[in-house]
Amino acid sequence: MAMVHENRRGISRRELLKRGTIGAALIISGRAVISPRDAWGLETTALKPETTATLIVLARDIYPHDQLADRFYAIAVKGQDAKAAEDPAHRTLIEDGIADLDRRAGSGGYRGLGWEDDRVAILRDIETTPFFQAVRGDLVVSLYNQKEIWPIFGYEGESYSKGGYIDRGFNDIQWL
Amino acid sequence: MAAPYDLNDDSVVVIIGSGAGGGTLGNELAQKGIDVVVLEAGSRIEYEDFINDEWESFAQLAWLDHRTTGGGWRVHKDFPNLPAWIVKAVGGTTTHWAGASLRFQEHEFKDLTTYGKIEGANLLDWPITLADLEPYYAKAEDKMGVTRTNGIEGLPGNNNFKVFKAGADKLGYKECNTGRMAINSAERDGRMGCQQTGFCFQGCKWGAKWSTLYTEIPKGEATGRLEVRPNSHVVKIEHDKAGKVTGVVYADTDGKLHEQKARIVCVAGNSIESPRLLLNSHSSMFPDGLANSSGQVGKNYMRHTTGSVYAVFEKPVHMYRGTTMAGIIRDEAIHDPSRGFVGGYELETLSLGLPFMAAFLDPGGWGRSFTSAMDNYPNMAGMWIVGEDMPQEQNAVKLHPELKDQYGMPIPDVSFTDHPNDIAMRNHAYQRGQALYEAVGAIRSFPTPPYPSTHNLGTNRMSEKASDGVVNKWGQTHDIRNLFISDGSQFTTGGAENPTLTIVTLAIRQADHIAGEMAAGTI
Repeated sequence: MAMVHENRRGISRRELLKRGTIGAALIISGRAVISPRDAWGLETTALKPETTATLIVLARDIYPHDQLADRFYAIAVKGQDAKAAEDPAHRTLIEDGIADLDRRAGSGGYRGLGWEDDRVAILRDIETTPFFQAVRGDLVVSLYNQKEIWPIFGYEGESYSKGGYIDRGFNDIQWL
Repeated sequence: MAAPYDLNDDSVVVIIGSGAGGGTLGNELAQKGIDVVVLEAGSRIEYEDFINDEWESFAQLAWLDHRTTGGGWRVHKDFPNLPAWIVKAVGGTTTHWAGASLRFQEHEFKDLTTYGKIEGANLLDWPITLADLEPYYAKAEDKMGVTRTNGIEGLPGNNNFKVFKAGADKLGYKECNTGRMAINSAERDGRMGCQQTGFCFQGCKWGAKWSTLYTEIPKGEATGRLEVRPNSHVVKIEHDKAGKVTGVVYADTDGKLHEQKARIVCVAGNSIESPRLLLNSHSSMFPDGLANSSGQVGKNYMRHTTGSVYAVFEKPVHMYRGTTMAGIIRDEAIHDPSRGFVGGYELETLSLGLPFMAAFLDPGGWGRSFTSAMDNYPNMAGMWIVGEDMPQEQNAVKLHPELKDQYGMPIPDVSFTDHPNDIAMRNHAYQRGQALYEAVGAIRSFPTPPYPSTHNLGTNRMSEKASDGVVNKWGQTHDIRNLFISDGSQFTTGGAENPTLTIVTLAIRQADHIAGEMAAGTI
């Protein structure tokens, strides 16, 4: 799977309608999942692009943070495609797991369910499955270990190069 | 200058492991003019190369060899191949440890006498007392530069401590301060003072926290009597027909096997690898493993009754700024059975960075209950519970019946189930910790389950009688005179205190004993 890249050319509204939208903001084009609104695209190699698009929605449903853009979730699930490319068993696990979600969701598929609560209700039924565990277990690292999101959560990361916090507020609490 | 020793030199003391026990013992023996070879499974990573990043550091330092788990503990479900969060590198887990350095209490050497028989617990008194250890505790505290001893000032309190202390005051706790920490509050022993960087668990990049990596080991090497051989993973201890150990077989970086001869072998590989090595060294003379006539090798695995409490406040705390664990309440460490359990526990400040908080706050947790807690990360405060757990014979490190490591040796399986006393203690501590934070305005608080074990104890325990344990009061195995255990696996019981200070203390004392026996020609 290629890195998430900026989709500088953008896509016309007509093109977008022709290809059909997925979820609220993601569209599929060839082997890529594209977010026209935020101008990024994610190419897939082993997994179907529709599967990857659903994985992105699933990732947000598992760890919903409204302040995080979709691209962080897209980056977080990239590893699933890479692993699927190396390991056919993993590919089957993910494809079958997503197909199962779609089946449980009914005619519109998992991404077609508009309310998070409805999607989460399905996830509660499958949370002990190897599929869900594989996705969640990877995601808890691949999402929260992205240095770009740390400032959004107020985490300052590495501090040695700045001389620690001895002169930068290790004891600056005022409200007690 | 480090002294290289020949593989066939059978006059050396071989120490397996370079952490709190092995690193200290190696230096102590070298200082007495005894030739020592320390075999360390991991590589040598100097403190400048430590990484202020939780997962990267974990990949750099953690012991990640294949292990399995069993039993009722939640670690078995959440981290089935990671029973322990310990280190594979020169310096061992003293690179990762938090620095809390507390002496055992007098009664904690006499559990069976003090608590009486407890159903399901394999309690035993230590064959030594606090009085036996006091002079050695004093030496260890001086060596490690423990704050609030030897006239060393305490560390300043960080934000996490200030919240903790305010709550402690509200609850009426009397003994709350920034603790006895083997972290320099000012320059000492050629090492600088703490810069409040956080990342104590990732290895101190300033060298302000005591670790054998940059204290005991270079001091020992400077004598010309100590060689540390990194990337040397011991797979077997050899013995002769008389039943004395003669050397050890180890694998180098390329997996090539070598045998290092020895006059004495001291095992200090932490409470999972040490019993595993004894069990894997079985022979026709010792079919159940070395030093295992009691059948207690690998049994009575203890890991302290732990858990954490995190709480979210309206305003920022920034708990990750500054020393990770400089804050303690000792009021609950007493033995007071009216609380519904025997033994006691310490409450100690603790913080995790965002990546580890996600992994450990509620392992397996997901959905908005979990993520709304994470959204409040900067407003979180945290504490760790560390209490005495009950030794139980079925909690054990065993050899896996099928799975082998890269050298063809059976891997360890670590099985643990809480004793009812452990559960009662943890619930009490959760309740007190949550009450503490609520007293200073917490909006939500979280009783967080135990992490993979950092305090691994008891699997080669010390006993008066050879039938009750593996080693005598010197850490010398009951069965083999020139085979010693020099790590936390000798603990008869765990106490409520973080174990490193006691491991170092026992190593200093053991060095005196070994030197005396060598001089007398008895081993």
